[in-house]
Amino acid sequence: MPRAAAMPRPANQRDTGLDDAELRERLAYTWGRRPGIVGWLSTVDHKEIGRRYIATAFVFLALGGLLAASIRLQLARPEAHVVGPDLYNQIFTTHGSNMMFLFAVPVMQAFSLYLVPLMVGNRNIAFGRLGAYSYWMFLAGGIFLWVSFLLDIGPDVGWFAYVPLSGPQYGIGKRPDVWAQMITFTEVASMAAAVQTIVTVFKHRAPGMKLTEMPLFVWAMLVTAFMIIFAMPAVMIASTSLILDRLVGTHFFNPSEGGSALLFQHLFWFFGHPEVYIIFIPGTGMVSAIVETFARRPVFGHIAMIISLVATGMLAFGLWVHHMFATGLPELGASFFTIMSMTIAIPSGLQIFCWLTTLFTGTPVIRTPLLFIFGFFFIFVLGGMTGVMVASIPIDLQVHDTFFVVAHFHYVLIGGAVFPLIGATYYWFPKITGRMMSERLGTWNFWLAFIGFNVAFFPMHILGMLGMPRRVYTYQHDVGWEGLNLTSSIGALILAASFALFFFNMWRSARTGALAGPNPWGAGTLEWLAESPPLPHNFDQIPVVTHATPLWAERESLPIVSGISVNKREILVTSLTDARPEIREASPDSSIWPLIAAIATTVAFIASIFSPWAVVWGGALVGVTLIGWFWPKTIQEDLE
Amino acid sequence: MKTRVVANVSSLPTYGFGTSASTWWGTLGFCAIEGTGFVLAIGMYLFLAFNNPHWPLGFAPPMHWPGTALTVLLLASLIPNVMVDRAAHQENLPRVRWLLVLMTAIGFVAIAIRFVEFYMLIPRWDSNAYGSIIWLLLGLHATHLITDVGDSVVLTALMFTKHGRAKRFADVSDNAFYWYFVVGAWLPIYYLVYWFPIL
Ligand code: HEM
Ligand SMILES: [Cu+2]
Repeated sequence: MPRAAAMPRPANQRDTGLDDAELRERLAYTWGRRPGIVGWLSTVDHKEIGRRYIATAFVFLALGGLLAASIRLQLARPEAHVVGPDLYNQIFTTHGSNMMFLFAVPVMQAFSLYLVPLMVGNRNIAFGRLGAYSYWMFLAGGIFLWVSFLLDIGPDVGWFAYVPLSGPQYGIGKRPDVWAQMITFTEVASMAAAVQTIVTVFKHRAPGMKLTEMPLFVWAMLVTAFMIIFAMPAVMIASTSLILDRLVGTHFFNPSEGGSALLFQHLFWFFGHPEVYIIFIPGTGMVSAIVETFARRPVFGHIAMIISLVATGMLAFGLWVHHMFATGLPELGASFFTIMSMTIAIPSGLQIFCWLTTLFTGTPVIRTPLLFIFGFFFIFVLGGMTGVMVASIPIDLQVHDTFFVVAHFHYVLIGGAVFPLIGATYYWFPKITGRMMSERLGTWNFWLAFIGFNVAFFPMHILGMLGMPRRVYTYQHDVGWEGLNLTSSIGALILAASFALFFFNMWRSARTGALAGPNPWGAGTLEWLAESPPLPHNFDQIPVVTHATPLWAERESLPIVSGISVNKREILVTSLTDARPEIREASPDSSIWPLIAAIATTVAFIASIFSPWAVVWGGALVGVTLIGWFWPKTIQEDLE
Repeated sequence: MKTRVVANVSSLPTYGFGTSASTWWGTLGFCAIEGTGFVLAIGMYLFLAFNNPHWPLGFAPPMHWPGTALTVLLLASLIPNVMVDRAAHQENLPRVRWLLVLMTAIGFVAIAIRFVEFYMLIPRWDSNAYGSIIWLLLGLHATHLITDVGDSVVLTALMFTKHGRAKRFADVSDNAFYWYFVVGAWLPIYYLVYWFPIL
């Protein structure tokens, strides 16, 4: 039994008047996980949940990568028979859906769950139980998609599941329903995590941390969370209406009964375009954090960076129609969306300018995280250029549905998000595990990834211009696409090797890497104040923030607040703009109910693709579990 | 690292109302998500209305009386809703209790009206796209009614137990806040479903 458990525990013991060791021990006990498997399943600690989220998302990255490998294997040679057409349809749809909904968005939110509370100087994220629920829902949605895929009912209608192909007339069996309900799972998880991030950023910042002085990574995650709130309901409505059309005979997307197939496309892309920025904006937050630390100076143009983040977030909602140029829209409307699409290059360009200035005026130290940022600059700028190209209607009509588009969006997604993400993993790995990743393997990792990526995807631009369509399982001998496809597949192999090396490096470093200590990179933001890995309560004392890079500003001694309870979970809630302390609020205790609620929701969601009545009894079931979740267990909880 | 204490927060309260508390912001966040859902559903309605040569499609708009009754009830419920919010701020337990009972009862009547209407509603959801979108709008709002009433039932029960104190008053206030959202979301739907096709 930990010593703290045996200590006398007066209910209102404060952090004043305890010596450092006792304070730490008591806080760690109060905020720690309870023993046993139930304790493990009940945790509401943002770090444990964030870690599980990150690990699970990486598993989905690996699984999605296996599908990508089988795609490239099939396309390496003309008329190959690695997989047949029906399986190929399931493979690219599951690859795309998995990468977008189970890897890219969740992994970014996972970093947010882990890092944001540390960066704003608090002890847990807002609504910790909601975070646990979010994780279980995400996990259930992922398992649902993959089990369906293994049972040969994987979705086969493309990652945007256009009607009528996905509608009641052409959508085979339950395959499109699997796609639609996987959306519901992952969006519920994302929206819950988004609300947590927003409330944490708005109300749980350490005293004195003004909104304008927040780390740029936190700003990026805040903007992302808002985008999730306004974008994801659209895809949920689209997928729900699709299920209704398929299950109970509504006619939302059925033109012969007054419905509209275009309506589905509008709803999907009203979400789908912002989705790209929901993946990319966190990437920019990672770039800012890494550039700042390794350039050894605060990011040039902090306010300009904030403005361009917000501007990107808002402009992203005005672009969705550029995915529909090939549907025959009115010309004026289409031109408007072309202009909007080009405008969004401005804030992104501004950000790149600020990063480069930071690097040129700083004293850059080149380590693996920064290498991946250089890779990001190169690849993302190329992806941005092809983006401006397809924003123009004549070009878009020419390359629509060809491999040119596949090349373009992998340049933006992998360049804009995956490269920063891998850099960020090298950067924050010591914080999360307490150990450094190998630099030598890291350098290999980078060059393999950079070369492999470009060899795999650059030829696809040309293939697209030569007319090779996407989503087609093979091609003939005499069309002249063989060399480029083989090159691309070899590149994919190198890229796969880089990921294998990445996972190996993580696995080995977690065991034998050099010990990191709290601040191995000499960084300036608050997460580096905590131990590595952080103790359950993150900080022994809540810091008072006077500067955007507090650890660089206060090198002698750190200003702190005192007076917070140590024997119950208590956090400081502060005001919205300038973080004046307002309340000492209770932070939720561990609970098994989020898991039970998630299981109930899972049952309800899956059953409701078979019977509409599942919504009724399933809803009641979920309601009961929510009562268990919210009903106070002790009289103490009311006083808190 | 050495530390220096620059402030002591031990005199701060342990719960608060409105913008000072986390839950209020959480509630606002979920209202934003659901509000976006309503806006999009309304957008779908208008999209379908303007993309069809005739609207309503093949059916007369539904009889407005159930909707009007609901509108009157919801608007009238704003008065006890303001009252329960105030009583919660004053932490006046007896008043909070009976007003919560009243609000819950109003909620049940509202749900009853909605289900009677579902029972009679023509067109059906599978008649054509017009029927589908009307059912979607009304169904979406019914879900919110049920959620809020479910929440109110639990909260009311809670306030009749030993837990009915301190932070629970802030929960009552947040519950009242959510009800404003439910009422506010209804008004544009009321207009669209019953009056827009006639005008
Ligand atoms: C790891 C290396 C990857 C390789 C080699 C790869 C390869 C491919 C290929 C060849 C296609 C086109 C299949 C076809 O149209 O016939 C494709 C589609 C797609 N990929 Fe990837 N991909 C990779 C990673 C990713 C990542 C990280 C993401 C997202 C963050 C992603 C998102 C998508 C999407 C959304 C599609 C479209 C699926 C559809 O057409 O419905 N991919 N991928
Ligand atoms: Cu777009």
